[in-house]
Amino acid sequence: MYAVNFLLLSAALFSIGVFGVIARRNAVMVLMSIELILNSVNLNLIAFALINNDIDGHIFALFVIAIAAAEVGVGLAMVLMIYRNRRSIALDGLSEMHG
Amino acid sequence: MLFAAEETAEHAVEAAGWFLENSWLIPLIPGIAFFVILLFGKRLPKGGSEVGIASMTASLVIAAGAAFQWIDRVDSSHGEHVGPVIRQWTWWQSGGTKFGIGQHIDGLAVMALLLVTFISTLVQIYSTEYVKGDRRYTHYFASITLFSAGMLTMVLAPNMVQLILGWEIMGLCSFLLIGHWWEERANSEAALKAFWTVRVGDIGLLVGTAMLLGIFGTLDIKGINEGAAAGDFGAQSTLMWAAVALFIACIGKSGQFPLHTWLPDAMAGPTPVSSLLHSSTMVVAGVFLVARLYPVFHVGLEINAVGQTFNLIAVIGGITLIVAAALAFVQNDIKKVLAYSTVSQLGYMMMGLGVGAWTASVFHIFTHAFFKCALFLVAGSISYTASHHSFDMKKDMGGIWKKMPITFGVWMVSTAALAGIPFFSGFFSKDEIIDSAKHADYTIFYIVGIVGAFMTTAYMTRATYLTFFGAPRGGAAHFMGVEQPDNEAHDDAAHDDHGDHGDDHDAHGQDDHAPVPGRSFPFAPFDSPWKITAPLLILGTLAVGSGYLNAPALGIHWFEHQTESSIGLPIAEGHGEEAADLAHAGEGDEEAGTAAEGEDEAEHAAAEGESADSAIFTVPEAPEFKWSAAAPGLLLVLAGFLTSLFLSFAVFGKRKSALTPLVGLTQRSKPVGAVHKFLVNKLYLDHLYEKIIFRGVAYPISKAAYWFNQKVIDGVVDGAGRSGKRTGEWVYRNIDQRLVDGAVNASGMVASETGHALQPVQSGKVNQYGALLFGAAAVAAIVLILLNV
Amino acid sequence: MNALIFAADVNVAQNVGFYIIAAIMLFAAISVVSTKNVVHAALWLVVVLGGVAAQYILAAAEFVAVSQVMVYIGAVMVLFLFGIMLTRASIGDDTDVNNKGWAIGIPVGVAFFGVLAYSVIDAFEDTVLVDPSGAQIASATTAISDGYLGDYLIPLIALSFVLLAAAVGAIVLARKD
Repeated sequence: MYAVNFLLLSAALFSIGVFGVIARRNAVMVLMSIELILNSVNLNLIAFALINNDIDGHIFALFVIAIAAAEVGVGLAMVLMIYRNRRSIALDGLSEMHG
Repeated sequence: MLFAAEETAEHAVEAAGWFLENSWLIPLIPGIAFFVILLFGKRLPKGGSEVGIASMTASLVIAAGAAFQWIDRVDSSHGEHVGPVIRQWTWWQSGGTKFGIGQHIDGLAVMALLLVTFISTLVQIYSTEYVKGDRRYTHYFASITLFSAGMLTMVLAPNMVQLILGWEIMGLCSFLLIGHWWEERANSEAALKAFWTVRVGDIGLLVGTAMLLGIFGTLDIKGINEGAAAGDFGAQSTLMWAAVALFIACIGKSGQFPLHTWLPDAMAGPTPVSSLLHSSTMVVAGVFLVARLYPVFHVGLEINAVGQTFNLIAVIGGITLIVAAALAFVQNDIKKVLAYSTVSQLGYMMMGLGVGAWTASVFHIFTHAFFKCALFLVAGSISYTASHHSFDMKKDMGGIWKKMPITFGVWMVSTAALAGIPFFSGFFSKDEIIDSAKHADYTIFYIVGIVGAFMTTAYMTRATYLTFFGAPRGGAAHFMGVEQPDNEAHDDAAHDDHGDHGDDHDAHGQDDHAPVPGRSFPFAPFDSPWKITAPLLILGTLAVGSGYLNAPALGIHWFEHQTESSIGLPIAEGHGEEAADLAHAGEGDEEAGTAAEGEDEAEHAAAEGESADSAIFTVPEAPEFKWSAAAPGLLLVLAGFLTSLFLSFAVFGKRKSALTPLVGLTQRSKPVGAVHKFLVNKLYLDHLYEKIIFRGVAYPISKAAYWFNQKVIDGVVDGAGRSGKRTGEWVYRNIDQRLVDGAVNASGMVASETGHALQPVQSGKVNQYGALLFGAAAVAAIVLILLNV
Repeated sequence: MNALIFAADVNVAQNVGFYIIAAIMLFAAISVVSTKNVVHAALWLVVVLGGVAAQYILAAAEFVAVSQVMVYIGAVMVLFLFGIMLTRASIGDDTDVNNKGWAIGIPVGVAFFGVLAYSVIDAFEDTVLVDPSGAQIASATTAISDGYLGDYLIPLIALSFVLLAAAVGAIVLARKD
């Protein structure tokens, strides 16, 4: 099959994830969109490994998976902290800047 | 060019002597003395007068030496033309114009130098007694020394600029000295009047000098004279106008009609000043100018031209003569009588120059100086000693001839000279003028001259009678020891007169009472002190003797011989050898003429030679003296004397006579009274000048000038100020506030608005940050793609 | 593009399988970012993650696929759900799920997709993947372990530090004091 398929798919996932980051108000949902983005990147890596017949892509994809897990853990801990302090996790009101 | 000329002149005749070559010291010494007196005079024991007298004596010595050497030079020239001794140092040089300062010594100058230094010395000696104890003693001597320096500068001026310099210095000193007692209003006004009137004339001097420069291209007197004599000028009328302009200056300075009004008022000054400046020396400066530049006048106004019956100079001189003599009749102040007499005699001199009698007029300057100065000094002597400082003849004089014999004697001798009585000096000079008028066919001026002689004798007799004869009055009565019924009233009146005459006697408690008069001569115990009387004696002697230097009646032409080279200018080569021959013939004849007889034909030949104006330039020689020709004049003199004597006895005397009903005629008779009033008001000339011309011209001009100043000039200035202020305000409002401050504020606002505009970027909203991040990345990617496509 | 679908020399089954899974994934991804229910969004995310795992298998990356399922779906998504629960997400539809400026996401997303698609197509249009059914690819797992413990050993150790730090950090952050 054509390699372009995988890459296009990952591009679409990436764009959808970008839209989610921009549009969603709930902090958890933003984190989910970030997960989407990370997965699309993973897909890209595997596709390139397939194209170039190299195993490094797989290794990187595993790194990304591990890092994503760590990030989600810490991120959610922060969200919980915020929720505890402000009783809300709507990103609109989480700004103390005067802009 | 002139220095070269000087050298050739010296080589032509034998080198001039030391005194002649260094005559420039003569005005310089009094000039330096002026500064010395001004700076140090107050500290000197005699208040500066010793410096003044010493300087004048030194100048007199040098002048006498120069005179001797000049006589020597003329005598040894053996009939050649005697060139003047000219020395000039460059004063100013620019482009092609150059004039210098120095000396121009010829016979005329030597005569004038000697005259001025001599009389100045005598007057300064006289002044040490007369103004003793005066509040401005030192300044008086400074001014009088400066005056002498100025006159001497003018007399030996080689060019017009130095002449004008001397002229103006004299004017300044006249002002200073007339107003010596300026605390009284009348004195300061007289000084100003003198100055302004002469100034009006000085316009003519400057215009005339400028015209001469334009015509002849040089300011040197020698060059101007030679040019005029040789006919080296453009149009005759140009020269005429230059001559007219110069003559206007002479009218002012020498007190000719109509600018004579200042001279009688100038009597407000101290008497020595009147005797020095306003009788013998300064007022003859105008006559001297005409004599000095005579070729200009002679050619310009065509004096002695065939068929001419009158010219400007003679007419003015004649009118002055008569008018002044008429005015002298109605004066009560002895100095004013003498002042009008001076004006009248100056009229004689001018008239003489106008009819071509150059030598006679110059000689009249010479003799007139002595006897007029003597007359003034006598008046001063009388006021000092007899009339208690008053000059009013009617109120304070009379009958003093017995007690002041020397003063009386000098007066009589001088009056005789003035009247032209034979064998006194005035006769030889004044009669020659009258004779020349007749001889040169100026008949009307001949008549004017002899009528003037009549009037001169008449008014002098009146003055003599009032002063010396009759019953003593007022101050004289006090002097003579005669009791007067109303002595105190007369004393007050006498004191009032002091205010008019401006003697140093106005306020009591003045220190003029303090100084003790000097000792008199032992042979004249009641005469004035010796410092006053000695000059009187010297001048009286000269009043008699000076005439004998040039007495045609006795065949003496010595003075003429000494001074003729001032006029007898050689005409440059190229004007014909006949001219040169005639010139030699003329001069040769003149030389023979100095011997004895046979001069008349030579003189007539020379006269004819010059009347064609192509020979050597000379003026008509004086006519041969004949007693028969002089007779009409002498008869009129006698008639004047007798008439006046009888009238005086009748009007002023006590004895009744046939003419007694004439007493009080001016009050009783309307026409006679009107004439009298006309004369007393000085022909209403002062009224004309001051009220009509001055007010009519000056006031509108001054008002217009004031209006111009306030409205136009001040308006411009104020307008400039206001517009400047408004401009400043506009600039402040618009440019400063709006533009500059706006720019500054705008820059600040730009910064703050930029910040405000960029502030939303830092909203703190995560979504927005994400949007910006990804958006920028997308843009950058697009750009990259586009660049690489 | 036609060649993509109707290529005769490609493996039709693999292609078809790919397309079906891709469609499911896309639909689920769009639902993740557009649903109003937070829990539904998490569940749709599970579907996406599963789909990704399936794609891994199709791309002959079995180990990665299994790791993806175990880690992502098994741990991360449970974590997400716990997080949703602890932050009291509303049961049912949430009223204000999108923020004010959500509209700007569309052009940004579209721009991104456009850029990426263009560059990908431009670069890889003609690349044909090797048929993975043949035994050309060596055992991926062995190769991965060789890689990790060989070339990428230090990153592996660093990764372990990261995980440790993340765990400790999360505990520290979230504990109630």
